[in-house]
Amino acid sequence: MIIEALLAFTFAAALLVFAVPNKYAAKLAFGLSLVPIAGSLYMWWAFESGGNALTGGDISFETAVPWLEIAGYELQWFVGLDGISLPLVVLTTFLSALAIVSAWTPIDSRQSQFYGLMLLMEANLIGVFVALDFFLWFIFWEAVLVPMYFLIGVWGGPRRKYAAIKFFVYTNIASLVMFIGFMMLVFSLPVDSFGLPEITQSLAAGELGDFYWLGAETLALVAFAAMFIGFAVKVPVFPVHTWLPDAHVEAPTPVSVMLAGVLLKMGTYALLRFNFTMLPEQASFFAIPIGIIAVISVIYGAMLALAQTDLKRIVAYSSVSSMGYVILGLIAFTEFGVGGATFQMVAHGLISGLMFMAVGVIYNSTHTRIVSDMSGLADRMPVAVWILVAGAFAYMGLPLMAGFAGEFFIFAGSFGSTVLPYAPVFTALAMFGIVIVAGYLLLAMQKTLFGPFRLETDYEIGRAPLHDIAPLVALLAAIILLGVVPSLFFDMILDATVPILELGGVDQ
Amino acid sequence: MSALALQLEQTNWLFASWTLAPVLLLAATALAVLAIDSIDPDSRSNSILAGTSAVGTLAALGVTVWYLVAGTGQTDAGGAISLFSGAIVVDGMSLFFTAIFASVALLVIVASYDYLADDENPAAFYSLLLFATTAMALMASSNSLATVFISLEMASLPSYALVAYLKDNRGSVEGGLKYFLIGAVSSAVLAFGISLVYGATGTLLLSEIAEEITNVDDLSGILGVGILMIAGGFAFKIASVPFHFWAPEAYEGAPAPVSAFLSSASKAAGFVVAFRVFAEAFVPAMEIAIDWALLFGILAVATMTLGNFAAATQENVKRMLAYSSIGHAGYGLIGLAAISAGATDANAAVMGAAMAHLLVYGFMNTGAFLFIAMVEYWGVGRTFDDYAGLSQKAPMACVAMAVFMFSLAGLPVFGGFFSKYFLFAGAINAGFWWLAAVGAITSALSLYYYSRVVKALWIEEPNGNLDALDTKPTGLYAAVIVAAVMTILLLPGFGPVIETAEAAAAAVFA
Repeated sequence: MIIEALLAFTFAAALLVFAVPNKYAAKLAFGLSLVPIAGSLYMWWAFESGGNALTGGDISFETAVPWLEIAGYELQWFVGLDGISLPLVVLTTFLSALAIVSAWTPIDSRQSQFYGLMLLMEANLIGVFVALDFFLWFIFWEAVLVPMYFLIGVWGGPRRKYAAIKFFVYTNIASLVMFIGFMMLVFSLPVDSFGLPEITQSLAAGELGDFYWLGAETLALVAFAAMFIGFAVKVPVFPVHTWLPDAHVEAPTPVSVMLAGVLLKMGTYALLRFNFTMLPEQASFFAIPIGIIAVISVIYGAMLALAQTDLKRIVAYSSVSSMGYVILGLIAFTEFGVGGATFQMVAHGLISGLMFMAVGVIYNSTHTRIVSDMSGLADRMPVAVWILVAGAFAYMGLPLMAGFAGEFFIFAGSFGSTVLPYAPVFTALAMFGIVIVAGYLLLAMQKTLFGPFRLETDYEIGRAPLHDIAPLVALLAAIILLGVVPSLFFDMILDATVPILELGGVDQ
Repeated sequence: MSALALQLEQTNWLFASWTLAPVLLLAATALAVLAIDSIDPDSRSNSILAGTSAVGTLAALGVTVWYLVAGTGQTDAGGAISLFSGAIVVDGMSLFFTAIFASVALLVIVASYDYLADDENPAAFYSLLLFATTAMALMASSNSLATVFISLEMASLPSYALVAYLKDNRGSVEGGLKYFLIGAVSSAVLAFGISLVYGATGTLLLSEIAEEITNVDDLSGILGVGILMIAGGFAFKIASVPFHFWAPEAYEGAPAPVSAFLSSASKAAGFVVAFRVFAEAFVPAMEIAIDWALLFGILAVATMTLGNFAAATQENVKRMLAYSSIGHAGYGLIGLAAISAGATDANAAVMGAAMAHLLVYGFMNTGAFLFIAMVEYWGVGRTFDDYAGLSQKAPMACVAMAVFMFSLAGLPVFGGFFSKYFLFAGAINAGFWWLAAVGAITSALSLYYYSRVVKALWIEEPNGNLDALDTKPTGLYAAVIVAAVMTILLLPGFGPVIETAEAAAAAVFA
């Protein structure tokens, strides 16, 4: 019942914040967002790791109640957690509260609507990670888009209309493609519910039948491709990443934090849960194209970041690059590859959140993000700048920070992959991306933060207020904690990801 | 005479007529409104008239829902209850649709309280609305072609007057005239069709027509023409291609609450007679006379395509909704098109899904038109540009409108998703994947023009002076918000709706 209580509370909090006057909304929303953190920490504490929820392992905090029946298929309210979803739920509640604090300075109109939508999005994100029935999951998945559309469209920058529509159209078309692919799969299985564990186990047992004139083997490939395309847009990977920089640049800071920190992880989470857990053989069939997509995303994303002049665009493109590592880890399909990819989802969530937030704090003072407009900021805002530097090092994969752990696991895993042919080549190419990341981050940092102070705007620049700095410190602490003790999450992640490999027939 | 009819005659007549209580309550309310206006013609109190109408409609809705829950006339409680020698029937389908009509009428009445605040003669409006609702409830119960025709005319005549209600407004009068002319022609076509079917089968009772059809021999050509003409008559009522030309003008010209009423309730009324007549009487005719299911399939594809594409090109929000309403008629037609000669449970499931879609549509579409009524009340304009930035002054109403738009588009967050999904999944299950494919494609397209409204309301900056939005019309707000809450609740609460609808549809096939 703890999951239901958490969801109900967050939805109710969103409604409450909608209703209060603007001037109370910010503080109230932050206060209310602490409760989901407490709830998710309690679940972490009470969690007993026991395998993968889909492959027949234990499901913690499970509830399954019949809801509807569609043409012989039962829909359920079916929620629960395993070692993959719990870290993401913790990430969601933690990052949402910090994003809400980071909104205090930049959001100066229609606050109650803004914070209400943030909480509504948090509730739906939690729902995405806990849902174990396809329809329930799909409803939450789509329900995340609606608040995001408004958050970009109403509070965004000058080109917000274009960015919001582009985001909405891209992700909705992707959802439709994925939905059709998954439906074809389910209608060809001898199952009587949309429960994800039942579907996974039926597929693993080789019960997939024909779909009209499509044979079972072709069907599995078509479904895999449809679902991969649908989720790849969300991740996003090359060549469907073009909505992301627009959305990020136009979105206000706290929304960028949520977008990069959690929304992108919906895509990789779904890829892991659906494509790689349910259809591992098809994944190995497509291993080379997926590996190529991953490597191109890493290199091309990093090169694009190198070419940008806007700090936020730099961080946005580097997300494309980081997500490429996650895809590489997944397609490697080894213990450390898949486990590391899952760990990297959390690590990147924290690190990109920190980067966007730090850039936002600087923008609040300078009112520009163009690299060539500023120089020597370290002189005037030392704390914010040093945190931004720390975040950049985390991005580059400095040891003892979460990013290092995630990337190290991924490379260790992908190097010895048996599923991905020429795995060492792919890994070596992807590792080259780290060099570029270090290049563009150091370059941008040196130009803006150090050297003699110069700022080409008319704003007075001063130290950032405490409530801008506090979430940065909290994020940095979390990044270092996970970097020093990755086993906090990594043990339960391995518990939940190793059964996937066993199901896929990969010997460890 | 069938066993069912024999059993009916034994039923206590007095008891059985109580099952018509929702219809009687609606009629009594309409007469009460007239009586109040006659007793005290000078005061013409809008609030007393609206209150009476609302209470009467609420009572009718309450009784209908009670009957539905109690199982009156449904399979579990002994099957359909037949009255007047089988000309009227009370069963799950009639009660289900009466619930739709009463809900829509209630929302429209509550909203009209503000819309008619300065009206000279609100009694005429309320009584016309209630008479039309009464007749629609009767359409849902009609089990003979005679009662079908009479109740359909009874529903149409007040509707013509309602569309032309703003008699000083050119658009309203023009829409009313167009509606009346096309309505009169299609009534004539319908009556001719009925007479041909009567000529071929020698009966007007639906259950007897089904039995007689197998014996028509060389009159099958006449029967086929008759069925075709009856289909045309119904196509007018549901605003399906090619009898849709009246709809954009009538919906755009009419007062917005009337547009809400016509596009939701009147359309559903057209569907319920079509469902009953074709599923109960004409299924055997498919092999003998005319494959009307294929005809409805073609109409469904044409209507979905035309409605959605035309809606995408509109600049006037009300006209866009009028075309979207035509598009939704196409989704409803899938319920008729998926009937096949050996009618099975799969066919009943599709028709049940179409019924459930009409119910959800009743809330989301009525709500959308009532939002337009609210904008008309404020007087800020009609086009997408005029709607820009309204959320800055009226956030609650704009949240509700966003709910309606996303639900109409079938975004998986509101009731409109499940009703469309069940419809398309049912169609695929019954072997009509091409209908589902066209439905899914047009539905994806519809997100484009529905989201334009949301974009205008929320994302655009206001163009003009929005001071008019400081007045908050209570009745309109209440109706819009109730409709939005229902649209949201129909997502988690879709189970009972679809179960009732599928059981009711299966009972008609049996």
